[in-house]
Amino acid sequence: MKPRLHIHAGRLIDPANGLDTLADLYVADGVVVSVGSAPGGFQADQVIDASGLIVCPGLVDLRAKLREPGEEHKATIASETLAAARAGITTLCCPPDTTPVIDTPAVARLIMERARHCAYSRVLPLGALTRGLDGQQLCEMAMLAEAGCCGVSNDRRPLANLLVLRRAMEYAATFGLTVFFHPQEFSLVDGGCAHGGAVATRLGLPGVPTSAETVAVAGILELVAELGVRTHFCLLSTARAAQLIARAQHDGLPVTADVSAHLHLTEHEILDFDVQCHVQPPLRTLRDRDGLRHWLQQGAIAAICSDHQPHESDAKLAPFAATASGISALETLLPLSLRLVDEGLFSLSDMIARLTCQPAEIVQCGGGNLAAGKVADICLFAEKKYWTVSENSLVSQGKNTPFLDWEMQGQVIMTILAGEQVYVREESP
Amino acid sequence: MMKDRIQLDKQGRLRHLLTIEGLRREMLVELLDTAESFAEVTERSVKKVPLLRGKTIVNLFFENSTRTRTTFELAAKRLSADVININATTSATSKGETLLDTLHTLEAMHCDMFVVRHPDSGAAHFIARHAASHVSVINAGDGRHAHPTQALLDMFTIRRHKHDFHPLIVAIVGDVLHSRVARSQIHALSTLGVQEIRVIAPRTLVPPEPASLGVHVYHDLERGLRNVDVVIMLRLQYERMQGALLPSEHEYYRLFGLTEERLACARDDVLVMHPGPINRGVEIASSVADGPHSLILQQVTHGTAVRMAVMSHAMRTGESS
Repeated sequence: MKPRLHIHAGRLIDPANGLDTLADLYVADGVVVSVGSAPGGFQADQVIDASGLIVCPGLVDLRAKLREPGEEHKATIASETLAAARAGITTLCCPPDTTPVIDTPAVARLIMERARHCAYSRVLPLGALTRGLDGQQLCEMAMLAEAGCCGVSNDRRPLANLLVLRRAMEYAATFGLTVFFHPQEFSLVDGGCAHGGAVATRLGLPGVPTSAETVAVAGILELVAELGVRTHFCLLSTARAAQLIARAQHDGLPVTADVSAHLHLTEHEILDFDVQCHVQPPLRTLRDRDGLRHWLQQGAIAAICSDHQPHESDAKLAPFAATASGISALETLLPLSLRLVDEGLFSLSDMIARLTCQPAEIVQCGGGNLAAGKVADICLFAEKKYWTVSENSLVSQGKNTPFLDWEMQGQVIMTILAGEQVYVREESP
Repeated sequence: MMKDRIQLDKQGRLRHLLTIEGLRREMLVELLDTAESFAEVTERSVKKVPLLRGKTIVNLFFENSTRTRTTFELAAKRLSADVININATTSATSKGETLLDTLHTLEAMHCDMFVVRHPDSGAAHFIARHAASHVSVINAGDGRHAHPTQALLDMFTIRRHKHDFHPLIVAIVGDVLHSRVARSQIHALSTLGVQEIRVIAPRTLVPPEPASLGVHVYHDLERGLRNVDVVIMLRLQYERMQGALLPSEHEYYRLFGLTEERLACARDDVLVMHPGPINRGVEIASSVADGPHSLILQQVTHGTAVRMAVMSHAMRTGESS
């Protein structure tokens, strides 16, 4: 039996239901049974004092690499789901580029089974769009969907041509699967590892032009206009791409988008060849960062994701272009997002929506909602608690972050997954 | 614009030479002055000074090079250092050893200085950041990023002929996009305060946002050469034809090849330079390369003295720290 919980006196922020109020929450059998007042005859096994804390749905992260199976020297499902629990994240979508690739139901099931066994957070695999991500032959998407994949994606690998792209979109739509795209025109990326701008020019790094992203977005949008299939754009890096998507949404196309580190960092961070800032797509200009923030605020970008990519330290011990790209980002997801609230971009509730109900809607996973009857995935955090990022403060096996020594605002105090406390911060809040 | 000052010690003296960017004008002038005194040494019959006796310098080259490696070797020997040449394109690294392991292995042999050439931009910074505290790192070319000793020897050559940098208009012609030499020259020229730096090339060979480097871009060689005091030609690599950057060497030479007629657009006392190796009939006509304005061979000669200056400066801070 799961414990009956009474979460007392917290500030309940549940954007899916338009709530931002001091209210108690009652949980039994892994679901929310009541908001505000206790249901008749409710006997709590545990009363959780949430006074001074924010109580919100557990976060839903649309992109986190867990490295298992295949790269367990970087991280494991156990290590990263634990890190997620500490970060208040209760649902993680993992991209299909594992080894082997998530192109069969067996791999998808293996990942979900491991995650269930670890029981720190829910893991939803994204299935591969093509076999082995080779860009040629379609995967058995119906079977992947049956196995529990929340969408399909070719990750950052190219598709052979636009015909494969078009057919993949149509086929996925047959089964109601959302296609997740990393928009990039490979021929224009041309081996680049930094934004094709002033900083790359200075450092002599091969550049990736803005058009590598916008050309891909524009092409996919044309196909969406013709086919009407639900499509999601991952990890926008340019303001122009966000603008194209906003316009398409205005025209009624069923497209959504998310964004990650590009909300916080710009090309200038790579000066002096800071390998921790080697990400793909590359960090862009200040204008791009501000444009992404604008479209996040306006709602054209619905979700903030971590794009968590844990690495072993050796992966970053090389000259810039030769290093593995990516940031270990689960544990900074909420604090960095709180920074945006602090800077006045939007309200706390609007920010939480972009970390909970909005991404949940994109993957249609049913999370991110604390109404009575919904699954009790809950995050309790102290909004004004400060901490400093250090290798020791990170639970993730990957310590690769450009935010080392940064002061972060906001600390998760407790994470509840389907009514079970999967993380409780030791010291008192 | 740089975030840290990894190449300087706490007193602001040169510890590593990784890039010209961020070095003060006084330091460049000091290096050139030191090179001037070493130039006299190299012209004597006994060409050695005992400054670096007992020191071990490793030429660690991950890319093929003849002239740069040779002049570094000569410079080290004339300073009485022991020199080891490692051609890393054919050694440990091809057996899978990482760059860092190669570095630490050499450090364990008590080497004092690494002269590094590597195909990746930022490789010299990477090595300097991870090298033991007593080791100095000299960048002998990293990817498209920097080749600071080449730029210094070019400045040395210009100074020998022009004396004052301020009134000069300098044109750099050719593949600036892929050129570490051009980047370092641009930083050196602007630090030394020349009047104007021009870049002359088709758009496919100009890096994005060139104005951020403080240069004026020309796409017409004759217009770009007007009133120019120094013209620096860059080597055009054959690979550029494959990447759809240029249609052919023939058309490139027609538009951007430096011929005597075109050189006549520049000032009468124009200096013609080229970091070498030159492609005759591709970027430069033989009559210009071998002509009265050409300083191409002098550049090579000055390479040794300039590298002696850089090595002795960097090693001096190593002594006292």
